[in-house]
Amino acid sequence: MRSFAYARPLTVMAAVQALADASPHARIIAGGTTLYDLMKLNIEAPQALVDVSRLGELTTFDTSGTRELVFGAMARMSDIAADRTLQTDYPALAESLWLAASPQVRNMATVGGNLLQRTRCAYFRGGAPYPCNKRQPGSGCAAIGGLDRSHAILGTSTSCVAVYPGDWAVALAAFDAQLDTVSPRGERTIPIDELHREPGETPHLETILKPDELIVRIRVPVTVAGRASTYHKIRDRASYAFALASAAVALRVDGDTVREARIALGGVATRPWRARDAERALMGGALTEGSARAAGELAFTAARTGQYNRFKVELGARTIAEALMIAKGRAKTS
Amino acid sequence: MNRNELQEVVTPAQSILVSTRPGEQSAGAPGSSGLSIDIVVNRQRRQLDVDPRASLLDLVRDHLHLMGTKKGCDHGQCGACTVHLDGRRVVSCLMLALQADGREVTTIEGLAGPNGSLHVMQQAFIDHDALQCGYCTPGQIMSAVACVREGHANSVAGIREYMSGNLCRCGAYVGIVAAIQDAAPRMQGAEP
Repeated sequence: MRSFAYARPLTVMAAVQALADASPHARIIAGGTTLYDLMKLNIEAPQALVDVSRLGELTTFDTSGTRELVFGAMARMSDIAADRTLQTDYPALAESLWLAASPQVRNMATVGGNLLQRTRCAYFRGGAPYPCNKRQPGSGCAAIGGLDRSHAILGTSTSCVAVYPGDWAVALAAFDAQLDTVSPRGERTIPIDELHREPGETPHLETILKPDELIVRIRVPVTVAGRASTYHKIRDRASYAFALASAAVALRVDGDTVREARIALGGVATRPWRARDAERALMGGALTEGSARAAGELAFTAARTGQYNRFKVELGARTIAEALMIAKGRAKTS
Repeated sequence: MNRNELQEVVTPAQSILVSTRPGEQSAGAPGSSGLSIDIVVNRQRRQLDVDPRASLLDLVRDHLHLMGTKKGCDHGQCGACTVHLDGRRVVSCLMLALQADGREVTTIEGLAGPNGSLHVMQQAFIDHDALQCGYCTPGQIMSAVACVREGHANSVAGIREYMSGNLCRCGAYVGIVAAIQDAAPRMQGAEP
C-alpha cells in the first residue's frame, strides 16, 4: 500500500478547508470499509485521505419529521437500521440496511459512504492479469465473455457489466431521496436518481460527485407508501451476501386499486435502477399475482444477458412480483 | 472528559493530525515513524506511533502483541479479527489504526475477569465444543458477546442472522449457536 497524508477535520467547515488544501488526488474516508479494503488491493492508491468520520454534526438523524426524513451522512448503518419509526413507517429503508453486510461492518460503515460502495466484480477487485476498464480505463473488460454470473443485465455497456452492489441506495431510489453535498465551491442538492452513472464508455466514473465533494445529508420525502414497502433481497445464502437480485417496492393502494407504485432494483444493474415502466403498468389496476408478475417481466424487457447470468431475468421478475405482494400485505395491515 | 471532547476544546483549527507528506516507511512496521495515537486497549491507556497505513488489527497484534485477535481474510469478510470499539463490534482489519485514536478497544484478552476467570461466553464455548481448530474462536466470542448485548440472541434465527459475519471453516456452527443460547440468559444476569 502506498503511504498517504492524513487529515482528520472535526467540523464540516474544517473538512471543506481540508479538501480545498489537499492534493487533487485526495480521497474522503468515512467508515473505510470500501476504500481501505481497495487500498489493500492496490486498486485505490490515494495520496491523501481526509477522514470525515469524526464530523459529529453529521451523525444525527430524524425520522419523525412531517415533511421529510433526514439522515446525517456519518450516521452508522446499524443505528439507522435499529430505528423503530423507520422499521414501522419505512420498512424498505430499514431492511435495506440490516440485510446488508455483517453486523460488524454495519457498525463501521456510514449511510453516506455506503452510497459510494464500489462494485464487487471479481475482475475489478482481482487485478492482473485481468483487464478492467473501471480499474484501468481502456484496458478492456474480462467480465464480458468471462465468469459473469453475478454481473449486471441492465444499464450495461460494451465497456463494463459490473453490478452496483449496494442495497440502501436502491431503497432510497424508490423513495426519490435527495442528497445535500458541500465542497470548496459551495453546497448543492442532488436527486439520488442522478448520483450514479451508467458505465457507458467511462466506467471508472461511477457518480457525478467531484473528488472534493462531501455528502453531508440524505433527505427522504415523507410518503404514506412507506408503510406498505419492503426491500426484498435474494442471495446465494440466507445472510451476509450481496444481492443476486433485489427489489425495493412501496405502494399506495385504495381498496384493491394501485394509486402509487415505486420499484427500484439492485443486484441486476450497473447502478440503482428505477423500474418506471413496471410502476406505470401497475397504476390504476388491481394488484394480483398475475399483474405483479407481468410488472416484474416488464422491468427486464431491455435486459442484455451474458453467458452465465441469463437466470437473472427470471429471478429479477420473480423478485419484483414477490416484493409487490409483500408490500400489498403491509398495505392491508397498516 | 473523553478525548473527543478534549480535541474539540484544545484544537483551535478544528482539524488534527495532519501528516506532512506521504512517507517512505514499510507498511505496518512496528515502531516505524508515523502518527501518534492515544488509545485505550483492554482498560489500559496506550500512546503509540503508527504507520498511517496500519490497520487496528495490525496495531493490536504487531504493536501491542495481543495475539488473540486473528488475521483471517484481512478484507472484512471472515470476522476473525472482531473486536469491540467503544463497546460495539467491528472488524479491526477494515479500520485504520488512526481512526481508533481516542477510542476504547476491547480484544478477547480483555474479556476475562481481573483474576483471569473466564467470561460466561468463553466458558460456554468450551462447554458446547463450539470450536475445532480455534482460529475463528476469538472473533466468534467477541461477536457472540456483542450479539447478546445488542439483544439479538433471543432466538436461534436471531443468533444465526446476527452471527453471520463470523465464518467458521471447521463448521462448528451448531456448537456456536448452542453456546450463545446457553450463555445469553446467564450473561444478562452477570453483566452490569
